[in-house]
Amino acid sequence: MALVSQAIRKIEGPLIFLDTIPKVKYNEIVRVQKPNGDLVLGRCVLVSDTGVVVEVFGGTDGLDVDNTAVKFTGDVFRIPVSEDMINRIFNGMGEPNDGGPDIIPEIWLDINGEPINPFAREYPRDLIETGLSSIDTLTSLVCGQKLPIFSGQGLPHDELAARIITHAMIFNKENTEQFLIVFAGIGIKNDTAIYFKSTFGRTKAKTVMFNNLASDPTIERLLTPRIALTAAEYFAFTKGYQVLVILTDITNYCEALREISASKDEIPSRKGYPGYMYSDLASIYERAGRIKGNKGSITQLPILTMPNDDINNPVPDLTGYITEGQIVLSRALFGKGISPPMDILSSLSRIMKDAIVGKTREDHADVMNQIYASYTKALDIRALQSIVGEEGLSPLDKKYLAYANDFEMQFLKQSTDTRRTFNESLDIAWKVLSNLPKSELIRIKSSLVEKYYKI
Amino acid sequence: MCLIGQYKFPGEVIRINKDRTTLTRNVTVEVFEDTSGLVLGDEARCLNYPLSMELGPGLLGQIVDGIQRPLSKYFEQAGGFIKRGLNFSALDRTLKWKFRPLLQDNDNVTGGDIIGEVPETSSIVHKIMVPPNIKGTIKEIADGGLFTIEDVVCTIIDDKKTAHPINLYQRWPITIPRPCKKRLLPVIPLISGVRIIDCLFPVTKGGCATIPGGFGTGKTVMQQQFAKFCDANIIIYIGCGERGNELADVLEQFPRLVDPNGKPLMDRTVLIGNTSNMPVSAREASIFSGITMAEYYRDQGYHVALMADSTSRWAEALREISGRLEELPAEGGYPAYLGRKLASFYERGGYVEICGSTRRTSSISIIGAVSPPGGDFSDPVVQATKRFIKTFWALDPKLAYSRQYPAINWIDSYSLYIDEVKGWWNDNIDDEWGNFHSEMMKILHEDYEMQDLVKLIGADALPLQKQLTIFTADLIKKSFLVQNAYDDIDQYCSAQKQAKMLRMFVSYYNAAATLLEHGAALFKLQEMKTVTQMARARKEIKNSELEKIDEIVEEMKKEFDAIRKELA
Repeated sequence: MALVSQAIRKIEGPLIFLDTIPKVKYNEIVRVQKPNGDLVLGRCVLVSDTGVVVEVFGGTDGLDVDNTAVKFTGDVFRIPVSEDMINRIFNGMGEPNDGGPDIIPEIWLDINGEPINPFAREYPRDLIETGLSSIDTLTSLVCGQKLPIFSGQGLPHDELAARIITHAMIFNKENTEQFLIVFAGIGIKNDTAIYFKSTFGRTKAKTVMFNNLASDPTIERLLTPRIALTAAEYFAFTKGYQVLVILTDITNYCEALREISASKDEIPSRKGYPGYMYSDLASIYERAGRIKGNKGSITQLPILTMPNDDINNPVPDLTGYITEGQIVLSRALFGKGISPPMDILSSLSRIMKDAIVGKTREDHADVMNQIYASYTKALDIRALQSIVGEEGLSPLDKKYLAYANDFEMQFLKQSTDTRRTFNESLDIAWKVLSNLPKSELIRIKSSLVEKYYKI
Repeated sequence: MCLIGQYKFPGEVIRINKDRTTLTRNVTVEVFEDTSGLVLGDEARCLNYPLSMELGPGLLGQIVDGIQRPLSKYFEQAGGFIKRGLNFSALDRTLKWKFRPLLQDNDNVTGGDIIGEVPETSSIVHKIMVPPNIKGTIKEIADGGLFTIEDVVCTIIDDKKTAHPINLYQRWPITIPRPCKKRLLPVIPLISGVRIIDCLFPVTKGGCATIPGGFGTGKTVMQQQFAKFCDANIIIYIGCGERGNELADVLEQFPRLVDPNGKPLMDRTVLIGNTSNMPVSAREASIFSGITMAEYYRDQGYHVALMADSTSRWAEALREISGRLEELPAEGGYPAYLGRKLASFYERGGYVEICGSTRRTSSISIIGAVSPPGGDFSDPVVQATKRFIKTFWALDPKLAYSRQYPAINWIDSYSLYIDEVKGWWNDNIDDEWGNFHSEMMKILHEDYEMQDLVKLIGADALPLQKQLTIFTADLIKKSFLVQNAYDDIDQYCSAQKQAKMLRMFVSYYNAAATLLEHGAALFKLQEMKTVTQMARARKEIKNSELEKIDEIVEEMKKEFDAIRKELA
């Protein structure tokens, strides 16, 4: 461990530039002592024969060139973890801030983790029953999946996350003891943090909460999700928990990444975000999954707000390329009073296909395909109706309109305190599909139509 | 290649600067691992050979990372996570293979000739070849028996009297194409079992195709579909900067599935997996590693199909490295040499006459997925790729949203191989295939032209003939172009079944159009019993029960006759 003073040449934004120092390791953690005696952490981001650059977490306010000491620790960023973390609340740097005692570490873990070997991955197959018809039937959530919620400002994504937290259960598993929710707030408002704290009071599941608030230093936002996932990995792969990680809001994370990148004079890519944002986001999202021979799992539910509701913005776009599907919320449905306002056409769960076979009811896959196909057609007819009027429609077209309305009002719409099982959701689906004549249900095997069609 | 630091991280020299005055050389090394913890003054040791693949028996059934490190070995040694600083040789040195010589002492050989063979898996016999640059006489060849890949099985004396020992494996640098004798025009289709591809937008053995599409449009499912069912002998599947769970899916499915010849799929497959969270530099190397392996099996005389999912992630790795080298960016931040790099990949595909004394042909087909940001096809990677491919499958989010999979847009997609493959279909499957193909395309295009009008005034206001076209196009879309990749019967449609279905739909349209002209009522033609049967044929008739399609066609004729009689 080397203590260096008088080596600082320049301080700019969150970065300090030092003269070259022998034996400094790339990416090692640095302790910076401010002139007033406060200690802050930093990370070495550039080592060259002309100088060293340190990125300071917690900001560089109050540092000066002469009276600041820098201590190189020779190690990467680690956090202490142990089972005592359950039901505790931490700040964005992983320090307890609920007034309780410090965590007595069982082990110190590198927050960057290591990539899961694709050969060692177990393909996710166990379902999580969220109790919401829209998600369970159409975009089922699987243990080990990463399924983001694409939302917008003013849409009820927090409420949706809270409902999932309260109602989610591992499907068809007796033992729910080992279910744990890890929450990482990234640059969230104080109100949001309080809202989720009160939600955790209502759920039966065990929880661990990390909060980086909007007023906390930007650079810490880059650490919060990694710290939360390190804790999640510990619980999942060392202790065998089924961990559900909620990350909100990824858009704040990406903006922090852009801010830091700009201050390092890096060449920007789309909309000023750095070119490596895909790899950087992947290093977070890919930490979801299951491992062969290990009963634990990490499921991720990242939430992001699409700037200006634009799904092609780099944040949702790159996220969609990494995650296994997405749940998109619709302002139009929300305006109609439908909650949760899931835009089913652009929502998708990529790995449900194998998870539902033989687990949920036999008609699940076909019903799902039929709902999508018929709803698309119904929306086309709705558009036509606005031009030609109701009278211009054929009797079959009118049946489609009735189907679309019932679908939205009975299937999608679900009051906050109702929890529907998979079978209950499918029954409602058949009820609304039965608005259509049997001959229109060509995506469903004829034998299943005979069995479940409701007259 | 060089090894860096105390843990010997592998790296590759990518830039050399020589200082004119001091004559010292500065090299830039790209390291294939996370570089945390490296210290100024760490040792860098040069290995004096370029980044190469080890090519020999034991490749098939493997999963390796972008620079051919076997991921299964990591799992055995280090558990679920990839630990840095562990190095393994690509091919197992201890395994013994059963070698059988095919030539004798004093035979004259030239590069590419097969001196013997090794049964590698249940479906593939591995050919041991003379390396491309060697020509001479066999001095000594081993009798059959068990050998490791490093044992010398043959010695060749060239005309300069130099002896070349041959063992069971070769090394080949990944950026240099392996030679072939002559390039040929590809004329045989690569049958995928997907109707919209084989019947409308085919690709040939030796052809190049690309699948661009935004997320959720089904690129990966299509790639896997090809890997599972296409009629190539060898599959090289490159998961390049994609999801870990997808590779896990492939790894779990392939050993259980069988190829069209009934052999386990894994026995003809090499998987290269460099997921998005693994080092970026190895991702950049992965597609060249893959194509080198493909060329090696091509040289043995096998038809190889290579899938790269996705080349956008590869291009992004290129961009990231270029950015760190502070090169001037061109369009979209990508380096100016993006097009050249893409060409050096796609041009290594093709239908060729391979090296050796006898005339043999084989091929590499390349199917590259592209993931343009926002699904926007004006993206530089899509545009650059289009210059080097001849089949373009444009994936359409609108189709995907309505679960019309495969979501290939039939208007924007194209295949420039139609004329080449027409002959094969006409000769081998159905002598009118070429005509039916054109007619189906015509129906779909006419329907497309009328869609705007339909949106304005409704279908009922159109002339009857046009209404029939729209009705038939709808039927074709929902019952021919749609294909469920997870349905046991529908997932693979044999060439014979495809041809029969194509014939069935087009003949329905032709017969119905004639009757309509003679005054038959449109609703009667639409409500024929056989229309429902046609719609269900894809899911309910197995590839082995094609006579049932003939029955539908017979039935259809009777129904048409009945309508005709009523008219008379």
